[in-house]
Amino acid sequence: MNAFLQYILYLAVLVALAIPLGAYIQKVMDGEKTVLSGVLTPCENVIYRIMHVQKDEQMSWKKYLLSVLAFSGIGLVFLFLLQLLQGVLPGNPQHLPGVKWDLSFNTAVSFVTNTNWQAYSGESTLSYLSQALGLTVQNFVSAATGIAVLFAMIRGFLRVKTQGLGSFWVDLTRCTLYVLLPLNLIISLCLVGGGVIQNLKPAQSVPLLEPIAVSAEGEIIDGAVIDAEAGTVTLDGQPLKGAQIITEQFVPMGPAASQVAIKQTGTNGGGYMGVNSAHPLENPNPFTNLFEMISLLLIPAALCFSFGRSIKNRKQGIAIFMAMFLCLVLALGVVALNEQLATPQLMQGGAVDVSAVEQAGGNMEGKEARFGIAASSTWAVFTTAASNGSVNSMHDSYTPLGGMIPMLLMQLGEVVFGGVGCGLYGMLAFAILTVFIAGLMVGRTPEFLCKKIEPYEMKWAVLVCLATPIAILAGSGIAALLPQVADSLGNPGAHGLSEILYAYSSAGGNNGSAFAGFNANTVFLNVSLGLVMLFVRFLPIVGTLAIAGSLAGKKKIAATAGTLSTTNAMFVFLLIVIVLLVGALSFFPALALGPVAEFFQSIA
Amino acid sequence: MTAHATQANASFAGRKLIGRAIKDSFIKLRPGIQAKNPVMLLVYISAILTTALWVVSFFGIQDAPSGYTLAIAVILWFTSLFANFAEAIAEGRGKAQADSLRASRRDVEAKKIPSAGQKEQITVVPSATLKKGDVVLVKAGEQIPADGDVIEGAASVDESAITGESAPVIRESGGDRSAVTGGTTVLSDWIVVQVTSEAGESFLDKMIAMVEGAARKKTPNEIALQIFLVALSIIFILVTLSLYAYSAFSAKQAGVANPTSVTTLVALLVCLAPTTIGALLSAIGIAGMSRLNSANVLAMSGRAIEAAGDVDILLLDKTGTITLGNRQASEFIPVDGASEQELADAAQLSSLADETPEGRSVVILAKEKFGIRERHLSQSGMEFIPFTAKTRMSGVNFGGNEIRKGAADAMKDYVQAAGGVYSEKCAAVVKNISSQGGTPLVVAKNHKILGVVHLKDIIKQGVREKFADLRKMGIKTIMITGDNPMTAAAIAAEAGVDDFLAEATPEGKLRMIRDFQAKGHLVAMTGDGTNDAPALAQADVAVAMNTGTQAAKEAGNMVDLDSSPTKLIDVVRIGKQLLMTRGSLTTFSIANDVAKYFAIIPALFMGLYPGLGALNIMGLHSPMSAVLSAIIYNALIIIALIPLALRGVKYRELPAGKLLSRNLLIYGLGGLAAPFVFIKLIDMLLVLLGLA
Repeated sequence: MNAFLQYILYLAVLVALAIPLGAYIQKVMDGEKTVLSGVLTPCENVIYRIMHVQKDEQMSWKKYLLSVLAFSGIGLVFLFLLQLLQGVLPGNPQHLPGVKWDLSFNTAVSFVTNTNWQAYSGESTLSYLSQALGLTVQNFVSAATGIAVLFAMIRGFLRVKTQGLGSFWVDLTRCTLYVLLPLNLIISLCLVGGGVIQNLKPAQSVPLLEPIAVSAEGEIIDGAVIDAEAGTVTLDGQPLKGAQIITEQFVPMGPAASQVAIKQTGTNGGGYMGVNSAHPLENPNPFTNLFEMISLLLIPAALCFSFGRSIKNRKQGIAIFMAMFLCLVLALGVVALNEQLATPQLMQGGAVDVSAVEQAGGNMEGKEARFGIAASSTWAVFTTAASNGSVNSMHDSYTPLGGMIPMLLMQLGEVVFGGVGCGLYGMLAFAILTVFIAGLMVGRTPEFLCKKIEPYEMKWAVLVCLATPIAILAGSGIAALLPQVADSLGNPGAHGLSEILYAYSSAGGNNGSAFAGFNANTVFLNVSLGLVMLFVRFLPIVGTLAIAGSLAGKKKIAATAGTLSTTNAMFVFLLIVIVLLVGALSFFPALALGPVAEFFQSIA
Repeated sequence: MTAHATQANASFAGRKLIGRAIKDSFIKLRPGIQAKNPVMLLVYISAILTTALWVVSFFGIQDAPSGYTLAIAVILWFTSLFANFAEAIAEGRGKAQADSLRASRRDVEAKKIPSAGQKEQITVVPSATLKKGDVVLVKAGEQIPADGDVIEGAASVDESAITGESAPVIRESGGDRSAVTGGTTVLSDWIVVQVTSEAGESFLDKMIAMVEGAARKKTPNEIALQIFLVALSIIFILVTLSLYAYSAFSAKQAGVANPTSVTTLVALLVCLAPTTIGALLSAIGIAGMSRLNSANVLAMSGRAIEAAGDVDILLLDKTGTITLGNRQASEFIPVDGASEQELADAAQLSSLADETPEGRSVVILAKEKFGIRERHLSQSGMEFIPFTAKTRMSGVNFGGNEIRKGAADAMKDYVQAAGGVYSEKCAAVVKNISSQGGTPLVVAKNHKILGVVHLKDIIKQGVREKFADLRKMGIKTIMITGDNPMTAAAIAAEAGVDDFLAEATPEGKLRMIRDFQAKGHLVAMTGDGTNDAPALAQADVAVAMNTGTQAAKEAGNMVDLDSSPTKLIDVVRIGKQLLMTRGSLTTFSIANDVAKYFAIIPALFMGLYPGLGALNIMGLHSPMSAVLSAIIYNALIIIALIPLALRGVKYRELPAGKLLSRNLLIYGLGGLAAPFVFIKLIDMLLVLLGLA
């Protein structure tokens, strides 16, 4: 019951905050006056003057696209070089060496594409400079890019017989300046207030409460008896040679809160720490957890309402929101149920109590005791629904079906809210597929939002929708055949396949979360996952802008009783079916051999 | 011919059609033809691949048991053939029609003359050599050598070769009935025709090409759908390729042999690919065109039919569509002290020579009401004054009396010019009749107005309901009429049309179409006259009447051979039905895939992960029987759905939401459930026959 109330609370808070934020974002992106205009408009104008941006420029879709690609391309190269050279650059109190080329490439791609897949641990690999100037900057602008492209598409629907979709530079600036910076300032302050670290100190060493003994290989020795004064270690009365006594621990420091805020709100997900928001300094308590969790879906959910307002059809925004929200609730239900019920192996024939009486109960493996089942399951679903990828528990340790849902959410193309901007334009491409089939069934050639859907739009819409399945299937298929990939696995058998699948699903959905058991820092994986991320980020951007350009040039069709309604329950239902159907048809065999096989093994 | 004989004849024709289609199915196996349909090309390549695998199995390179490989290969070939058959049978009807059209397109001798004034200087030339602008003379019993306009004379023409209608039609110079079609025959009199199209580009040539499907281009919507189908196929290619990798990986992890063979993967691929809709797609398009041809409408492109489905404004001519062609006298209203009988008597007298339906109806009404017998025209001293556009009245001079009847304003001038009175009472009656949608006909005797005859437009039965249904579908009907606004409004209200255009001129129609299009509507109209041509060219769907002028026919994107003004509604129905069929079968095809997965995947991997047996909800016998059943179902469903593809899904005039729920229920849910049942049945049959 307690857990149930928690789920309701999380969802209610999310919706309650998303609606006003959605209204605000629409005002910002459509250039209307907002509460912050007084302060920010002068700043905005200064930026345009310095950058030589014409505020009222109307770019054709090709120019808009070229601007996006140029901007992302330069960001990619810059980030790549920054990591390679961090050893000789300032802002590196830990004196960390430059990052290897393949990892640099992977990380650069990962952050530019709003994926934030991390094949490394931030605290022990990247300098403060790399984190702040590289990653944090990309966290902002990659998110803003997504929103900009979304609004270019909205203009495509709105405009009649024109070429212009607005200016990418203006969209990027407004989005960052009016939405992302203020929002993250507030969230950062709340997080700092909740205990998340924010400093520029080098890592600290603090004494352990109790010393521990480790072997020469660095493994902790269980049951060792330590004589700290004599400096000897004995196990079962036998002295151990080569054993070391550890009395201090390494505590990473740095500007975490600011990065955590944007990693959550910008659906980036790249943690300051390797274990992301499961780390006590990144997410200390239920208060910060609630903040971070809601931030995960806040902007993607708000954008549905912005969309409705911007196209002057609020019902349409609500319909799209409902389709996403229902998928989210469905997914949450399955994960929550499976995690709470745990597996027969875990119960050990009743020896382990998994009931939820006076404890979280269920499958607590890989979850933080301070969050429990509900907050962990909700996070897992939110983060994979949102193409975020930050975690507060280890998805690898979820029950087979509980772990399958996060994977499936990514495989659906990250359209259940999805990344900021990109989730919604991905969903709109699915909406185009939906009206195509449904429209024919009512005896009309298909139209969406009063624009005819013709071969050109169809071509790009299928590419937008199918980029993710194509990338995941091709990538994981090749990886499954390579013997060296098998060495990266944390587990054999069906769970091993799940790990490969999860890694490519995460990259293929621009999500960035990981099944923890998988060691992804190899040349092949770094490069192949990097390519997958590039493919699924930029192909849909090209497609979306191409559709926007073509739609902007068309005339509007009048809506009549014979027009397929795209705001009613039937459409919401159909849209969900199409999204699930494309996902199911693409991944049924893969999931059958991974999590589903594992599930049946576990109950056998 | 007796009904029985007709039936026997039809079944003979049917058998001939099927025989021809079967032959064509094999001819269509040519790679060039297969390449036009990417989804079926995939099946074709798969068939070749499995056949090759079967052949190499004799040389010791065995992918799967060779009998199994052979079975898969054979089924795949049949799948290809079934798809070809669907297309061939759809083309069949058109081809038969084209053959009979070709028979009428034989080369004839044309009597070429320098100009209409020099009918004696005849040069006989073969019709194929006629050029645009040439002038020919055609006499009774001769075939018209080329399309053209009549520039002199009038003749009755047998156009049955094109329209199938055996009653001859009148073609005459000037006016809207001047167009003649090459291949039709003059029955009486003679005409001088100026040629408007050269051999090879004639109406008949276009018609042959259209009905035969040779000129058939893929419509934009078909292309868009094909893009979707190709994309799905690409995904399924990746699914099967990656499945091989996953399977190899899983088997290696478990330390067993890879359970998937290439043959099985190919079979899985073909099962998953949207072959049902892929195979039937072109048949649906051809059948839609064919249904239109059966309605005696000839579309100049497939695109026009699709546009018909999208139309949401119908411009309908009042006469013939909304009202019966003829107005009828319904009442005699005497004014200024005249009696009704007096009025009826005068009206009857003035209408005796009036052969128009209106005139006849006056005579009939007078007889019904007052028993006034029809008097003979030969009665002495009767001088009939015919109706002219200038006087706008007609009448009779008889025994020193001057009786006239005509339009109210013309009659007013007539009586006032002679010093008579046009009373207010009369004006009120006239206005009253007009406001009821009727046409007032004022009757005067010796410059004194006796009263008014109420001519009433008779609304066709059932049109009101028809328009209400169309409105439910979101289609607005607009009545076009030459009547004055008041009359038009009354008729419009009675017929239940949404709007009307009164005192319509060609320019008015054109303006109206442009206005609607600017608001995002798609407009359909019919027209015949040359002055309709601009409006026809502007409309999204323009049905030109075959009786109309050459200019109108060229401006329209469809020609109605029956020249029936109601045809527009049928055209819309056919367009919508075509699109619905396409959408419904696509839904069915994709929904089928769910069951196919449940048939094949568990069966394939039960050896590796026994737990997956729980997903084998159909309880199929073995991996091989599961694959075979699924792929046999996949082939047979094509054949099973051919009749539906040809006939089209059931069409109803319902709002979009209801149509969608209906079709989703039948084709979505049906598509989900059907394969579960039939794959299981086929599996049981295979086991029973000991084949698996």
